[in-house]
Amino acid sequence: MSLAIDVRHLNKTFGAKAVVQDVAISVEAGRICGFLGPNGSGKTTTLRMLCGLLRPDSGEGTCLGFDILRETDQIKRRTGYMTQRFSLYEDLSIEENLLFIARVYGLEHGRRRVSGAIEQLGLGPRRRQLAGELSGGWKQRLALAGCTLHGPKLLLLDEPTAGVDPKARRDFWDQIHALAAEGLTVLVSTHYMDEAERCHDIAYIFQGRLIARGSAEALVRDSRLITFRAEGEGAYRMAADLSRAPGVLMASPFGQALHVSGTDRSALETAIAPFRRTGVVWSEIAPTLEDVFIRLMGREGEAG
Amino acid sequence: MTQPLAFRRILAVLVKEFTQLRRDRLTYAMMLLMPVVQLLLFGYAINNDPRHLPTIVYVQDQSAMARSVLAALDNSTYFRIIRVAHSQSDVEASIRQGEALFAVTIPADFTRRVVRHDHAQVLVEADAADPTAVGGAASLLAALPRTALARDLVGGAAWLPAADPFEVIVHRRFNPENITAFNVVPGLLGVILSLTLVLMTALSVTRERERGTMESLLATPVRPIEVMAGKLSPYVGVGLVQTLVILGVADLMFGVPMPDTAASWSALGVGVVLFIIGSLALGFLFSTLAQTQLQAMQMSFFYIMPSVLLSGFAFPFQGMPVWARDVGQLLPVTHFLRIVRGTVLKGETFADLTASLAALAAFLVAITSLAMLRYRTTLD
Ligand SMILES: Nc1ncnc2c1ncn2[C@@H]1O[C@H](COP(=O)(O)OP(=O)(O)OP(=O)(O)O)[C@@H](O)[C@H]1O
Ligand SMILES: [Mg+2]
Repeated sequence: MSLAIDVRHLNKTFGAKAVVQDVAISVEAGRICGFLGPNGSGKTTTLRMLCGLLRPDSGEGTCLGFDILRETDQIKRRTGYMTQRFSLYEDLSIEENLLFIARVYGLEHGRRRVSGAIEQLGLGPRRRQLAGELSGGWKQRLALAGCTLHGPKLLLLDEPTAGVDPKARRDFWDQIHALAAEGLTVLVSTHYMDEAERCHDIAYIFQGRLIARGSAEALVRDSRLITFRAEGEGAYRMAADLSRAPGVLMASPFGQALHVSGTDRSALETAIAPFRRTGVVWSEIAPTLEDVFIRLMGREGEAG
Repeated sequence: MTQPLAFRRILAVLVKEFTQLRRDRLTYAMMLLMPVVQLLLFGYAINNDPRHLPTIVYVQDQSAMARSVLAALDNSTYFRIIRVAHSQSDVEASIRQGEALFAVTIPADFTRRVVRHDHAQVLVEADAADPTAVGGAASLLAALPRTALARDLVGGAAWLPAADPFEVIVHRRFNPENITAFNVVPGLLGVILSLTLVLMTALSVTRERERGTMESLLATPVRPIEVMAGKLSPYVGVGLVQTLVILGVADLMFGVPMPDTAASWSALGVGVVLFIIGSLALGFLFSTLAQTQLQAMQMSFFYIMPSVLLSGFAFPFQGMPVWARDVGQLLPVTHFLRIVRGTVLKGETFADLTASLAALAAFLVAITSLAMLRYRTTLD
């Protein structure tokens, strides 16, 4: 299997702040890798280093077989980068934006490709509308169309679906899977758990360090997390008391229900015992990815 | 119902503005430094009564009287004799190229005619392209005959008639009627072009940075020189149209003469193109230094002020102290003004304007290289 992204020991500091520390990422060609981590953990910075927008202080490796330090031009030509903040021209129309991109990449049949992209977006009738007048969700779709227009081999998407409605989000992911099926490699940052679960692989970064790596199932399994769910009258109100109990790592309400997690089964059972009362039904469930991440964050936070 | 003014809300806005201002270091520095620097710079440089104007002399009469006339000129402080010409064509070239603003010729028969009371003359040619530059000196010349030879003629005073011993013939070149517009309007071309063009490009790149579009642009394989060329090109057109409009208005409404030969026109054309591209490149350089549009704007104004005041536009170049002229030499407007006035008023061609054209070309190359050095293809 060839690696579309294969970088090691990436470091980046801003001023005195080490924003990315010794990060290594490898993604096989044709795979979708989810890039997760809390705000300010260094996702955007890492993506920018991969596509040559930021120069790593140190590190090595390749994207699409090109050196990330010396061959950024080659990488840029073959990579589509979707920025976290909308960064196409708001004072150009949808069509003009895409035509500009087509020309900058020197695409053959630029006009035809742009028309195709616009039709695919379903924006045909609004092709002359200014990008700045689009709603947030439509801007995202336009941005995705923009960064895939030149037929890249690698897509770096920075929170592409933030603020997008569920239907559009699903379409978006269907499209990304379709692209991956054609051989495109995708590294996508997100804060949505359902999106993380749709990725082949997940990389989790925390305070500039990569702390977990693997498929969603593997991450859940490796966490050795045990989760109980309480349902019934007032179950969610027990969160505050339970979270202080020994052996409980997390107790968080989910609507009317409550999830309680820990790694030590007997300690957890002991903690729950006083709360087993009539009207409340306890059951063991599989931990969610979110539980795993919150756990990871807590553990690293204590360690650090 | 309108709400009453709430002092607290005004204070809220005020505090916020101050805090933001404090964060914007460059603006802050500019606000404090700019007035001081400019006041000092221009307070010392500006001189409405220019003296020590470069003068070339052509003496065909090697006599004590001729030397007295020259000494009187030198002592007046209005003239600074830069050298002695060796021929009439030397005099002509010196005036034409702006080396000297005055050329004083003392004819071979000067002394003989003074002694004989036979209409002795001193010929003065003045470059009147800038009327203010030569105004004061020209009026001094009127008094010259009465004083210059006072010592030479002592003793012989008895036979001196009431009339002056000689006559000064002042020949105003290039702008014989002393029309200020002939000087100002071509100068305005340079100032208007710099003002608009530098600002245009300075804003166009910082705007991308401010709006975040720079991130997308840098993620594409576009190269710095391509960005620069692409950004500059449309404004070259803008600059050319501005030039045509200004020249048209200058000709039709102010009666400013236009170059009368194709050679002059082409020298002017080359100068205009070099100057336009140079100004745009400078704007581009500013945009690589400024983080925001506001900063880019401030830099542009910081550049415009000396361009107006030290280039010979607002005040005669030759009347400024040496250091101010040195600063002026670094400004493209200074050289551009020489090209425009030279071609428009003096009918100069490439041969006369080599130095100025070369200066503009050097400026363009230097600024472009600097801009390319400064331009970042990353967001660091
Ligand atoms: N240009 C910069 N100068 C200084 N600090 C920066 C700069 N860019 C990012 N940072 C800092 O680097 C850290 C990581 O930022 P980054 O944008 O990579 O985080 P992120 O994981 O993308 O966060 P989010 O999920 O909120 O988008 C943050 O603490 C941020 O403040
Ligand atoms: Mg980010």
